[in-house]
Order: sequence, then C-alpha cells, then structure tokens
Amino acid sequence: MAGPTPGRDFVGSGPVTAAPDGDIVTVGLRLPTFFCAPNFSFLMVADAYDAVSAVPGVARAEVTLVDHHASEEINGGVAAHAGFVGTFTGEATAELDELRHTFLTRASVAGQDRLARPRVDAGAGPDELASTTLGEIPESDELTRLRRRRAGIGLPYGDDAPLLIHPDGSPVTSEQVPLHLRRARLQRVGIETNGEYCKSLLALRYAPGAATAP
Amino acid sequence: MYEKDGEKYFVVDSHSHFWDASKENWVEGKEQYAKGWIDCFYGYHQLGPPETHWDWEKYLKVTPEDFERDMFIEGHVDYAIFQSTYLREWYKNGFNTADQNAALLERWGDKLIVNGRFDPREGDAGLKQLEADVAKYKHKGVKLYTAEWNGDSRGYKLTDPEAYRFLQAAQDLGIKNVHVHKGPTIWPLDKDAFDVADVDHAATDFQGLNFIVEHVGLPRIEDFCFMAVQEPNVYAGLSVVVGGLMHARPKFFAKVMGELLFWVGEDKMLFGGDYNIWTPKWQVEGLVDWQMPDSDGVAVSRELLAAAQARHQSLAVWLMTGADVNLVNRQAQAAGCLGVFAKPLHVPELLAVLQAWLEHRAPA
Repeated sequence: MAGPTPGRDFVGSGPVTAAPDGDIVTVGLRLPTFFCAPNFSFLMVADAYDAVSAVPGVARAEVTLVDHHASEEINGGVAAHAGFVGTFTGEATAELDELRHTFLTRASVAGQDRLARPRVDAGAGPDELASTTLGEIPESDELTRLRRRRAGIGLPYGDDAPLLIHPDGSPVTSEQVPLHLRRARLQRVGIETNGEYCKSLLALRYAPGAATAP
Repeated sequence: MYEKDGEKYFVVDSHSHFWDASKENWVEGKEQYAKGWIDCFYGYHQLGPPETHWDWEKYLKVTPEDFERDMFIEGHVDYAIFQSTYLREWYKNGFNTADQNAALLERWGDKLIVNGRFDPREGDAGLKQLEADVAKYKHKGVKLYTAEWNGDSRGYKLTDPEAYRFLQAAQDLGIKNVHVHKGPTIWPLDKDAFDVADVDHAATDFQGLNFIVEHVGLPRIEDFCFMAVQEPNVYAGLSVVVGGLMHARPKFFAKVMGELLFWVGEDKMLFGGDYNIWTPKWQVEGLVDWQMPDSDGVAVSRELLAAAQARHQSLAVWLMTGADVNLVNRQAQAAGCLGVFAKPLHVPELLAVLQAWLEHRAPA
C-alpha cells in the first residue's frame, strides 16, 4: 500500500474557538470513498490530530473524519488516545506502526527518484550518482521531506548520507544504479497514481450536485 | 472486428460483469454496505468521459439488451470474459454470480466465456460446488476475491493451505486462468488482504495456472511489477487502468502504461473494460488511438543529441521503426540521426551498418 498525499481538498473548514488556555481548533477530514481502508483512515486522523495539537497556541484539537463507514469508531478512538487496536477491539490485532513504516519506506524510495531525476537528465552517470550525498544537493522542500522520512524510519539523512540507498539503508553501488533508479521511478509512479485516483474520486464525491440517490 | 486506419482488431474483453445491485437485492441490515459498494463503483464510473455517464438508478442493474448493445453492437467487443463476483453478504442473490452470467450464455454463447469462482473457506462443500460448476459451465477460468467477507472472516490468502487445495483441484479440473482481484483494502482492518505477495508464491507453485492480477494490484502497482517480472505465468489485467485513468488522468495513464510495458511487457497485458463500471466503446477506441506522449523517437533523439552536444560529447543515433521507413528516415536525418532500421530488425544489416560506422568515424 502506498497512500495518497492528502492535499487541501481533503480538509474541510472548521471553526477556531478562543479558550482561556489557548485556541480550540476543529478540523473535518474527508476521504475519497466511504470505504477507504480503516487503518489508513485512522492513521490520517491521528496524524492530523498530532499536527494540529503541536501548533503553538492550540490548546485542544478536535479532528473528525466525516462520511466514512467507521467515522464514529475512528473519531472516538483518536480523541480517547485508544490506539487502533483499542478502538477496534476484536477486529484489529496490530497497531499501525508497521503500516506507517511501509508508507515512509516507499516514500523514501520515491523521493530518491525525484531528487536524482534532474541529475540524470543533466547527464550524471552511475558512478557520479552512486557517490552523490545529500549535502551536495541544493536545499529544497523535496530534500527536506526525504530527510524527514528517512529520519522517521532510522535511515541515514545527514549531509554525508548517500542520495541513493536501499530500503535497508545500505548504499547503492554504481552497478546497481540503473535498476535502482527504475525501481525508484516505478515507486514514484505508483504513489503519484494512487494520489491522482484519490483526488479524482474525492472531487467527484464532493462536487456540487454529485450526490447519488439516498 | 473493430477497424481503424485499415487495421483490424479482434477485441477480447477479459473483464466484464452483468451485475444486480438493485435495491431489491440488498441484504436487509447490510444496506449500507450494498449501497457503499455500488456507490464506490459509481464514483469510478464517472472517471470516464461525461457523455458515457449514466443515471445512478440505471447503473444499479442493466438489462440483457443494454449489455448486448454496449458490448457487442456499439462496444467493438468480439469476445468477453465474465468475472463472477458473489458478495452474498451484501447482495441477496449475489452481486454477479456464475448463474446470472450463464443466463446470458444462452443468447450469446459464441461471444461469451463465463468464469467461475471458488472460496477456500467453503471447504469440502465448496470443492464439490467447483466440480459441479466446471462440469456444468466448462469453466476455463475462475475469479477470486481474496478480500471477500465470509462469516467472521474478512479475507484469505492464496497461500493458505485450504486455498492450495482449491488451486490444485482447479488445475486438475482443467482450469487455466485464475483472475485475482487485487484492489484497495477494505477489510480486515489491520491486514492487507489485497497484498499481492500471495500470488507470487502460488504462481511459483502452480505452473499449470495463469494468474491474472486484475487492476494490476492498484494501489500496489510497484509490488505487482516486481513480482510479474519474475513470474512467467503472471499477467496484468488492465481493467480500471484504462477506464479509470485514460480519460481522467491521461498523463498518469501514460506513466502507468510505460511502467507496465517495461516491467511486464505487451504480451502479458490483457485488455479489460470492466463493464458496467464503464462501457467498452470509448476504451477500445481510445486505446487503439493512444500514443505514448512526448516519446516520439525522432523528438527524443533530437533531445539526446542536443544534450550530448551541450556536454561536448559525440553520440551516434539510429532509429528503428515499424512505420514508413522513408518518411521516418527524412525526419531522422533532419534531427541529426544517422539512419533508420525497419522492423523487424535484420541483425546482419544492423551489424554491417555498425561495422561501417566504426571503421569510418573520425578518431576521437
């Protein structure tokens, strides 16, 4: 599974209420289908909750998933910090760390394509690409994201870390560069295509007058 | 047969349905799932061109006459393969059973292949049913929904011992094609019932069966490609790839096709229109007309040569074409290429040209 990158369309507006110890921020999260995987949906709600809670001046975050078959359980579980297993007693036996790890690993592979592709287009060969380190790449949002994702799963992310690494963190040799880049590109196409699908379905679901018969 | 620019195409649609999602068929107490399922499909339906969109009510259940018109009269399909999909937990008489599909066989038996199904969780009774179905309908293929609900179970894997029993039985009964639906996860909650890794193992262990991964494992296309490149009996089912992307997201359609052509290869990619999520007409016509964008060989050569020149490198480029050689040759020469080879490639000619070039080129 390689999840979509949620954009602004996935977030509905919510009121911000001033409270004595800071603001209470409400966020509504909506997804492309009624059936979006509950584990993935839970992860999105929990991450949104953490992100909003971490904003300075926010006393309390209220994140709600709307129009989902498990909205009630997920919203209650995230608010109660019950965890995924605690939320779906009897229906889930594993927390979502592994799923998050999978997403981050795949995103890290795809990110290598995004950063390496311009260098390939400029004529860099396998030797040069295999020896390129993150410190040699101009700062960009993409580079920051790659560092953050690698840090999240214990992969090297400092200036001396190679740009091209295998999912286990080991460096990619010159001979391995062509196949590695093909795989990285495939991973990127996979993730981005999923995102496009989700955006298409979300746009249709919430288009004015798009509602199906009840 | 569909004909375009003097070329004739025998169209096999490897993935179609004749379903009943009408309200009368919704299981009491499970209406939200029955509706959720078809609503989800209706979302996909709207990714096709607007002029092909239907009302939601019509979408729930089409008539045999609709089917005939959409598939065979207007849809260019010469032969269609039905994929049975039961979903009895939500649909009283099943969503799209072999019996429902077989009813159409009586009318269009010369144009339809009905695939059966099995569910390893049904045990010995299921095995008997499979044998009976094969005897009755002469199934050559089965459609498997590894994430289908069955009682408390929210899915199974092809590598489960029970599944192996069924695959062995299917192979012994003369079944050749196993269409495995792999799509977005719904249940079970914390596991990935649409993970494609189980196909990898089963394909290795059942060499007598072809495994067609429907919807190319979206959203796990990378896992599917890594597996398919290693397993000679694994195929890509293109339904949903064509219907969901070709019109709505043409740029990504091209990217996905590019990856599939590279990893899986054109001989192992099967067209599927996924009726009646979409009608086949626009998909067949669009696919025949489709060209890889920005990948015109002459244009790519021009870019390569310009990039080499910018780096003060010399580059020798020949093109290979299945089109008009003289025409392509003129374009190629203008772009700075050295020549053109006609397909199919004649190796002695290629070697002779390369030899001549090596002997005459200026010393570096």
